[in-house]
Amino acid sequence: MEPVEKIFDTRELNVNMGPQHPATHGVLRLVLDIDGETIVKVTPYVGYLHRGIEKLGESMSYFQALPLTDRMDYVSAMSNNIGYCVAVEKLYGIEVPERAKFIRTIAGEMSRIANHLLWLATHALDIGAMTVFLYCFREREWILDLYEMICGARLTVTYPRVGGVRNDVQQEFLESLWKFTDEFPSRILEYETLIDQNRIWLLRTKGIGVISAEEAVNWGMTGPTLRGSGVPYDIRKFMPYDAYDKVDFEVPIGTVGDTYDRYRCRMLEMRQSNNIIRQCIEKLPAGPVMADAPKFTMQPKDKMMPITHPTKQHAFFIKEKACKGCGMCLRACPAKAIFGEKKKPHAIKQDMCLGCATCYVTCKFKALVIVPAGKGLSDEKLAELAEAPVPEEITKASEYLVRQFEFVKKGPKVPEGEIYVATEVPKGELGFYFVSDGSAKPYRMRVRAPSFVHAGCLPRLCAGHLVADVIANIGTIDIVLGECDR
Amino acid sequence: MAVTEVRVALYPAGIDPKEIAEKIREKFPDQVVDVAEFRDQISVIVKKDRIIPILRYLHDDPLLGFDHLQDLTAADYLNKKDVRFEVVYNLLSTRYRHRIRIRAQVPENDPKIGSCVPVWAGANWHERECYDMFGIEFSGHPDHRRILMPEDWEGYPLRKDYPLKGPELDKDWPGFTDVLKRSKELKEFEWEG
Repeated sequence: MEPVEKIFDTRELNVNMGPQHPATHGVLRLVLDIDGETIVKVTPYVGYLHRGIEKLGESMSYFQALPLTDRMDYVSAMSNNIGYCVAVEKLYGIEVPERAKFIRTIAGEMSRIANHLLWLATHALDIGAMTVFLYCFREREWILDLYEMICGARLTVTYPRVGGVRNDVQQEFLESLWKFTDEFPSRILEYETLIDQNRIWLLRTKGIGVISAEEAVNWGMTGPTLRGSGVPYDIRKFMPYDAYDKVDFEVPIGTVGDTYDRYRCRMLEMRQSNNIIRQCIEKLPAGPVMADAPKFTMQPKDKMMPITHPTKQHAFFIKEKACKGCGMCLRACPAKAIFGEKKKPHAIKQDMCLGCATCYVTCKFKALVIVPAGKGLSDEKLAELAEAPVPEEITKASEYLVRQFEFVKKGPKVPEGEIYVATEVPKGELGFYFVSDGSAKPYRMRVRAPSFVHAGCLPRLCAGHLVADVIANIGTIDIVLGECDR
Repeated sequence: MAVTEVRVALYPAGIDPKEIAEKIREKFPDQVVDVAEFRDQISVIVKKDRIIPILRYLHDDPLLGFDHLQDLTAADYLNKKDVRFEVVYNLLSTRYRHRIRIRAQVPENDPKIGSCVPVWAGANWHERECYDMFGIEFSGHPDHRRILMPEDWEGYPLRKDYPLKGPELDKDWPGFTDVLKRSKELKEFEWEG
């Protein structure tokens, strides 16, 4: 009998997968060249989520670009923020207070757990173990609720700031987090009961996407994806930042370098993260949460409370003699409460004024004055009061307000130089490369995204496997396309 | 179980980066232009002609062992420096834990440099991104295409003379008008109800 190949005409098939595909974790497009069920070649196409974060970052000050980093890896936004802040602090040359370091470590490890839970949920769902998805989301929801307690946001948090964190944590939060860490190890056991000895899971993960240690390093893999191959490269140990040099933890590494080992690494990493959080809560020192560097950091808002607090009885008034009629305040006023013609003194409609002090900080001629206890008075009375000397408390607060305004609008001048700082985010190594030319904006901002590098490894991992294993390989490298495309 | 937990020591970096810079200077005396230092990070500025032998030396030397390419990117110094572009390599040794940064100067009139994919396979996508964003060509690259921007895009977005707000999509980019045209054509095949 003739061989089958001769009877039927066989040829390679070209299959398009994505960009809108539920298993590609975003908008990743893969073109698969397949011979029967076997993959011959995989060509990934990325860039569908490209928003030009690097170009945008170069157009704003370091302080303003912080929220952009949330939008890269939206699954673990907290880690991205921390990575950005650590890099900018190194560039500024400022030291973060001890308490802020510990709080950041807690937040970073919470983000690692949340990320690995989402990874496990979707990875298992892709392979076919649907139950795990719901279990993982139960705990992830808990962490997101804890995020909400510290900063009010759940996904795009922007909680860490350059120089520390935005606000101190409450006792209530720490107690709730402690309860979580008590409970969480038993929850990990629950997931493992579902899949660890599951024969289908083992068949789908063991021996899939094997990559040796040398090759994995050569491909630039980082994080748990690399450690699954047995390389103990962990930036938390190599170049400790925040409080990682003060806590005791171990680094899980695999031996085979297949999908199963990478899965085990992440499961053990979650336990280590849980441990780190517990140690941090135990060791949490007292003290400030923002660095004492007024030039570079946002200072607490209560210093300018005397003039911006809504219950204060202050009023703003334009001195007729000093006003040149330049129109700066008129354009800046958010309530449109200022009126007047060009080159003639302006005036404020007191009933429309919000008391936000925007006009006060924009005026270059010091024509605007703050009248304490002047709310609800007539213009004549205000003009009379405006001539009186202003109390010292108000003068100090207003000086402070002007400084704050300049800080946010222009940003501090940064020493000239270039810097590359890497941090260990849940997905791998997140690096920021800044070139500063001495101005307030980065001359060059570069984001080294782990997902980008890992997505580049896909052709290597998938080659020779079956079509169904492409899904397992996309899952195991843990990519988020928002970060990949930036 | 195959996966084990290991205790990784918190020991400092292997060789002082200044010594590494000296080693490069000794080995390639005519290639090194300058050595810059900022916040304990050393960058070696080199010419682009023999960049691959330099990188190959850093990768293969048993005492240096830079096996991990952390990052490869470029920077555009328009009207700031004599040589317009710089390709930046951030290297790390996972064995000895030392780091170094290599900056290769690439002039504007000849934006070409050797590809280091044979040294580090992971450089593949980084170099494609560099080409996409700065228009620097990497000779010998196995898959030299744009990566993030559409393949028929004109201009290189991260160059300093490229505006922050790009062109209007519906006027200037033919790819977008094509999609609109095709969606109109295919509209008659849409499902009803």
